[in-house]
Amino acid sequence: MEHRFLIHKRGDHVGVAVVDIAAGERVVGIHMDDDSSIEVDAVDPVPLGHKIAVAPAGDGDDVLEYGIRIGLATGGFGAGAHVHTHNLRSARW
Amino acid sequence: MVTVEGYRRENGTVGVRNHVALIPVDDLSNAACLSVEAQVAATLALPHAYGRLQYGEDLELHFRTMIGTGANPNVAAAIVIGIEPNWTARIAEGIAATGKPVEAFSIERNGDLEVVRKAGHAAQRLVQHASSLRRETVELGELTVSIKCGESDTTTGLGSCPTVGVVVDELVDAGATVFFGETPELTGGEHLIAERCATDTVREAFMGMYSAYVDGIESHGADLMGSQPTQGNIAGGLSTIEEKALGNIEKTGTKPVVGALAPAEAPSNGTRGLYFMDSSSAAAEHITLMCAGGAVLHIFPTGQGNVIGHPVEPVIKLTANPTTASTMVEHVDLDVSGLLRRELTLEQAGAQLSELLVRTANGRLTCAETLKHREFVLTRLYPSA
Repeated sequence: MEHRFLIHKRGDHVGVAVVDIAAGERVVGIHMDDDSSIEVDAVDPVPLGHKIAVAPAGDGDDVLEYGIRIGLATGGFGAGAHVHTHNLRSARW
Repeated sequence: MVTVEGYRRENGTVGVRNHVALIPVDDLSNAACLSVEAQVAATLALPHAYGRLQYGEDLELHFRTMIGTGANPNVAAAIVIGIEPNWTARIAEGIAATGKPVEAFSIERNGDLEVVRKAGHAAQRLVQHASSLRRETVELGELTVSIKCGESDTTTGLGSCPTVGVVVDELVDAGATVFFGETPELTGGEHLIAERCATDTVREAFMGMYSAYVDGIESHGADLMGSQPTQGNIAGGLSTIEEKALGNIEKTGTKPVVGALAPAEAPSNGTRGLYFMDSSSAAAEHITLMCAGGAVLHIFPTGQGNVIGHPVEPVIKLTANPTTASTMVEHVDLDVSGLLRRELTLEQAGAQLSELLVRTANGRLTCAETLKHREFVLTRLYPSA
């Protein structure tokens, strides 16, 4: 199955959709650091360029991308969720 | 060794364009510069909104920017026009220190029409001088290049910025100087830049500039929520400043940061390599400052499709967003969206960008140049007096 999203580093909470993903789709992602793949059931529609969760995060947890914190989860999310400004906020402002 | 065909200037620096620039000292002198541009072929007027009632470091930045723009190696010769003679002479003398031909005219006691007549004759002579200059073979490593991304989205961090990072590393290895900046847009990744500073002195200078910029924003009782990331960034999938910063920093490659420059400051100690320059993340302001610091070519990764250009420094644009590449084809010099489909490796994308950089240095016009995008925008530090 062709990849539908890319993950910067193993251990990241999120990957980035490289095509539009529909809710309910089973989609393959590839880790860019070691070429390994992962399968996730998309819970929400995720447009091209938006993030899909590959691991859950609880309210207030650090959310990792590039292996580095990109912000804090608000309300928490599970694998397959669309992750954006509705459930992720900056830790800086 | 990679070579390009460039213009060797009187002070040894290398340009990739050959402009005769008409430089207004102030807003009042735009009209005279534009009149000369309309009358004399192959001249380039640089109208702007400022230059009156500035003071302190804000005024110093104005002088540094105007002198640096005229001194840029992409400029063969310059005409400076100002409302009064003193500041006009200061800018003209600053440019003339490079050894290139410069002429200065002031409007008080003469009027626009007399200035346009005299400056027109001078411009004609300077255009005939500039057009007789020939490109010569120089090393790629003699160039100064700047980088900044805009209308970023997640494809920037996945594809276009890492592509630029490959080329920045190659340029630095070849002996080139590369400027990056976007001070507030490093937030969340500023520690990554600090770790790469070559010395403690550079690190302290960088962190001082970074902290002062962010403190300055907070001193207005504001934060950048709603501005950083921008509305375009958010539409493209970027959620936080930290995420944007990490994508942004991908384009700086992996080399040590050898210096931290003030806005529009040219490196002065002879060290080549990767420099941070304290600067806004607004594209036109940023490129104007980098051009004034001596950059002759700009590499601009975009996600959602920023259309920026600059009158003096050519702007090469690349995108990894397939939608942007197909809907804004006239703005995209290089499409690296194959990286997202994994049809293209990062090494291949870097090689394509390197080849395009050389062709552009040799004279190929960028998309922005063909579309007459000439955003020349001055950075202000204080309100006018």
